Amino acid sequence: METSEIDMKRKRIYAREEYCVGCRLCEIHCITAHSRYKDDIVKAFKKSAPRPLPRIIVEESKPVSFGLQCRHCEEPECVKSCITGAMQKDPETGIVKNDETRCIGCWTCILACPYGVIRRDSRGKKIASKCDFCLEDGGEPACVKNCPNEAIYIADAGKPIKSGEAEEPGETNQSGGSVEYEESGLREKGCEAR
Amino acid sequence: MSLSYQTPEFIVERNRERCIDCQVCVRQCANKVHSFDEEEQKVVSDDSKCVDCQRCVCMCPTRALTIRRNPLEFRENANWTPQAIKDIYKQAETGGILLTGMGNDRPYPIYWDHILLNASQGTNPSIDPLREPMELKTLLGRKPEALKIENGRLAEKLPPQLELEIPIMFSAMSFGSISLNACESMARAAAELGIMCNTGEGGLHRKLRRYGKNTIVQVASGRFGVDADYLQTGAAVEIKIGQGAKPGIGGHLPGEKVGGEVSQTRMIPMGADAISPAPHHDIYSIEDLRQLIYSLKEATNYEKPVSVKIAAVHNAAAICSGIARAGADIIAIDGYRGGTGAAPTRIRDNVGIPVELALAAVDSRLRDEGIRSQVSLVCGGSIRNSADIIKAIALGADAVYIASSALIAMGCHMCQKCYTGKCNWGIATQDPDLTKRLNPDIAAKRLVNLLSAWSHEMKEMLGGMGINAIESLRGNRLMLRGIGLNGRELDVLGIKAAGE
Amino acid sequence: MLLREGQVRIPSGCAISGIINKKRKAFSGGIIMDSIALMHDRSNGLGGGFAAYGIYPEYKDLYAIHMFYDNEEAKDRTEQFLKGHFNVEIGGRLPTRKVASIKDAPIIWRYFVSPKRYKITESELQEDEYMFRCVMRINSGIDGAFVVSSGKNMGAFKAVGYPEDVGEFYMLDTYKAYIWTAHGRFPTNTPGWWGGAHPFTLLDWSVVHNGEISSYDTNKRYLEMFGYKCTLQTDTEAITYIFDLLLRKCGLPLEIAVKAVAAPFWSEIDRMGEEEKELLKAIRTVYASLLVNGPFSIILGSNKGIVALNDRIKLRSLVAAEKDDFVYVASEESAIRAVCEEPDRIWAPRGGEPVIALLEEVDKI
Repeated sequence: METSEIDMKRKRIYAREEYCVGCRLCEIHCITAHSRYKDDIVKAFKKSAPRPLPRIIVEESKPVSFGLQCRHCEEPECVKSCITGAMQKDPETGIVKNDETRCIGCWTCILACPYGVIRRDSRGKKIASKCDFCLEDGGEPACVKNCPNEAIYIADAGKPIKSGEAEEPGETNQSGGSVEYEESGLREKGCEAR
Repeated sequence: MSLSYQTPEFIVERNRERCIDCQVCVRQCANKVHSFDEEEQKVVSDDSKCVDCQRCVCMCPTRALTIRRNPLEFRENANWTPQAIKDIYKQAETGGILLTGMGNDRPYPIYWDHILLNASQGTNPSIDPLREPMELKTLLGRKPEALKIENGRLAEKLPPQLELEIPIMFSAMSFGSISLNACESMARAAAELGIMCNTGEGGLHRKLRRYGKNTIVQVASGRFGVDADYLQTGAAVEIKIGQGAKPGIGGHLPGEKVGGEVSQTRMIPMGADAISPAPHHDIYSIEDLRQLIYSLKEATNYEKPVSVKIAAVHNAAAICSGIARAGADIIAIDGYRGGTGAAPTRIRDNVGIPVELALAAVDSRLRDEGIRSQVSLVCGGSIRNSADIIKAIALGADAVYIASSALIAMGCHMCQKCYTGKCNWGIATQDPDLTKRLNPDIAAKRLVNLLSAWSHEMKEMLGGMGINAIESLRGNRLMLRGIGLNGRELDVLGIKAAGE
Repeated sequence: MLLREGQVRIPSGCAISGIINKKRKAFSGGIIMDSIALMHDRSNGLGGGFAAYGIYPEYKDLYAIHMFYDNEEAKDRTEQFLKGHFNVEIGGRLPTRKVASIKDAPIIWRYFVSPKRYKITESELQEDEYMFRCVMRINSGIDGAFVVSSGKNMGAFKAVGYPEDVGEFYMLDTYKAYIWTAHGRFPTNTPGWWGGAHPFTLLDWSVVHNGEISSYDTNKRYLEMFGYKCTLQTDTEAITYIFDLLLRKCGLPLEIAVKAVAAPFWSEIDRMGEEEKELLKAIRTVYASLLVNGPFSIILGSNKGIVALNDRIKLRSLVAAEKDDFVYVASEESAIRAVCEEPDRIWAPRGGEPVIALLEEVDKI
C-alpha cells in the first residue's frame, strides 16, 4: 500500500491478521529505521550492541499472527500515568509521542499500557520506547512500507478497511481468525495470544 | 536402516557478511531448511530439504541468501544422465510412482520459439496502436453459418457466446490443488479484466460464487462439487475429458489436502483422497459425450455454451471433429507442457503432443470439413508470453488458457513440489499458515498487471502486421514463418519457411 | 524461378475508377480510359483491366464467357467441357488491336452460352451455383485455361500493360456500356501474368481493388469452407468471393454485407441503441473471419449497379461524384474531373461508408 504524502491528521496503522505471514520483517525494518544506520540493515544489526528492540511486536499463535504497535488511543493510559508529562498526545494528529528529554524511565507507562506495546529503550538509556509513527522520517512508517504481504496498512483513525470485498456475516477467512481493534475500551478479540 | 543414496539437489549459500541472523528465513521455510542454533547463536541450513522455491531468498532483508544446484557431478554420461540415475535411487528406496508438479520440463522443441511473425513494410501500412483503435474483443461459442436477417433486423438470436475483452482466460486449477486465496485472486482479476476463470475439477467455493459471471464451471470425471446451483452459477460449463499434463488419467488430490473447506466444496468426506477416475464413467464413446453435452445444455436451459477440454494427443484432429459434431460450442486443447498439482513424472514427460502442432492440425481439419464455425478453439499448455498468444491465434485459436503463467505472476517459482502441499508461496497448499502468504489484493493486481501488459504487447504486434482487429489474425497462417523446422513440421503447422 | 499468381502471393498497389449511368444510357469505353489514363503513375505497367456492363444487348440473356488460353490444348479441353455443360450459341476470337506495349498475349476467346437444362436439373443446383461451379472447375482443373469473366451482358478485359494501352488493345472505345470500371496495377513482382490483372470476376460480380489486405489468409480459409477455391491467391479474388458469399449465398442485404466487411469498431457499437447493437454484434460475431483488414478501396460491379467501399480506417483514397444520371468513383479527384469537369456533388466517403449507385428499377443488389 502506498504511504507517501500521508495526511497526518488522524491516521493509524491497522493489521490484517489473515495476511500476516509471521516473518517479522516489520520488526527488522522498525529496528533499522530507529538505529544509527537508517539505510543499512546489515550495519544497523551488526554494529549496534545491544541489538535494538523493535517498537512493533508480532504476536503469534499459529496460524494467527499480526503486528501490534502503539494504538495511539483516544484516551491513552500512558499519558494519564506519565508522571513527568513526557508522554503527550498531539491534539491534531492524535499521535502519542514520548518526549525523551522529559522521560525519566520510571516505567509507569509500561505497566499502564493495556496492549503492552511500550518497552524499555534498548540503547540502555532510561527512557520508554514505543511506536512514534516514524514521524522523524516524514511520517512513512517503515513497517507498513516494508511488509511483504500488505498485512499492515494505514487508514483513517477509527475506520479500518476490511480486506477484499465485504464478506457475508459469519464468514471467516481461511485461517479462521478475525481481529478488530476498538479505539476505546480495553477489550479486543484475538488479542489474548501473547 | 540402510544408506540412502539420495544427495541434496540444491545448496543454500549464506553470505555471512550480510546475514544478520534475523530468522526470517527460519520462519518462512515450510520445508524446515533453516533453523536457529541457540548455542552458536546463528542461523544454519540443512541443504537436503531445500527444494529451490526461493522464498527465503526473496524474503531475506539483506539479500544474504542464494540457492545453487548442488555441484555434485556424476561422471559424464549422455545416456545415464544424473536425473535418470537419481530417479532409480528414489524408486529403489520407496517402491513408489515418481510424482511431480507443474509441466513437462524435458528439452523437447518448443514450436512457439520456431515461429516468426510478419510486419507490414511498404505495400501495406502498419497501424499505430497508440493512435488507432486496436480491437482484442473475442466471442467464444458456436457460430451459425449465416445470419438470418429480415427487414434489416436480426431474425434469429445467436447461440450463447462468452464475451472476452481480451483473448486470454485463466485455465482450470482446482480448489484443493491450489488455495482458496489463489482461486479468489484469479476470479477477481478475471472480473476486472472482463475475461473468464475456470474452476477446475474442485468445484466452486461459496465465497467465489459472486464471480459466477466470469467463471467457467468444470465437470470432470470425479464430478466434484457438481450440482444444479453450480451449473447455474457459471457463465459456461466445461466437460474435462483430459488435461495436457497427464493425458489418460484423472486428477489426484491427496487426503492431507482435503480439509474442511475442500471437503465441503467438493462434496467429499474430509481426509479422503480425491482421485478422479481416468475416463468419465458415463462417457465411453463419442456418442456418450454427445449425451452429456446435451444433458448439460438441458440443465442450463441452452443459455450457456458448453466446452469440452481434451489433452493434445495423436489424433486430436479427428477427436475434435467428433467433439464439434457432438454439439460442443467450445473445444479446449491442452498441450503436453500443461501444468498440474500432481502427476506421475513418466506420464507428464512422455504422454501427449505439443499444443502448437495439435492446434494447427485441429484447425486445418475442422476447416477441411467445413465445420470450423461450429466451435471456438481455445489452447493452453504452455503459453508463456504475449508472442505465444499471437502465434496461437494466427495458427487458428480463438483464445488461450493460461495457468502456469498466472501462478508465476502470483509468486510461483516452479520448484515442482506442489504435490507435497508445502507451497511456500501460499499457492499449492491448504495449510492455513502458508495460504495466508497469498494476499488476493496483491495477487489479483499482479495478474491484472500481467495481462494488461500482454494486451499492450499484442496490440503492438497486431499493429505491426497491419491488423486492427484480432479476428483478422485468427487462422491467418500467412503471417507466420517457421525457422529451424523440417518440412514435415512446416506442413503440420501449415506455415511456410522464413524466406519464402 | 519467378512464379505467377496462384503459385505465389503477389501484393500490389494501384489505381481504380468507375462510372455508372443509372438510367442505363450506354457510353463509350473511351471515357473510362481517359479517367484511368490520368492516374498513369499509380501503375507500373504490369497490369490493367476493365469491366463493362451492358455491352452485349443482343445476347443479354446468355452468359458471355471470356477466356484466356496459354495454348491450343487448354482451348480444346475447355471447349470440350463447355460443350458438355452448355449450349454454345456462338464463339470466336475476342477482337483486339495491335499495340506496341502489349506483348505475349494468350489466346483470347469469347463464347455466348446457356447451361444445358437437363444438366441443371440433374445437378439439383440453382443456375448461378451451376455457373459458379463450372467456372471453378475450369480454373482449377484445366491447366492453362482461365475464365476472365462469365456474367450476362458484361465482360472483363485485362492484360499486362498500362490500362489505357489495354483499353486500346481491346478496342474498348468501340464498346458502349452503362457501367465501366477500370484498374491499373502496380504489382511488386514481375511475372505480370495476364490472369492476375484486375478486375476479378465471378458470375456478374466484378471487383477492382486498390490495397493489400492483411486479413487475407483468415478470409481465404473461411471462404474455402464454402467451396470457394482461391486459386489466384490475390486479394481481389478473395474480396469478390466474400461479396458473393454474403450477397448471393447468404442473401444478406447490401448494408449488412458492407458492415461485415468494414465493420464499425466495438467502441462505436457500444454507443448504439439496443437493437442495432445486437445486430452489429451478431454480424461481427458470425462474420468475424470476413472482416477485411488492411488498406482497401474497392469498386464492386454487378448487373444491378456498383458499390464503392473503403476499409474501416480509410487507408486508401477514394473519391465519389455525381452529375445528372452519372455517378463516378475513383482513387483520385483528378481522374473524375478529367471526364466530368463540373460534377453536381463531389465527396470523399468515410472509412467503412459505402457509395451505392444502383441502376433504375433496381431496389437492391
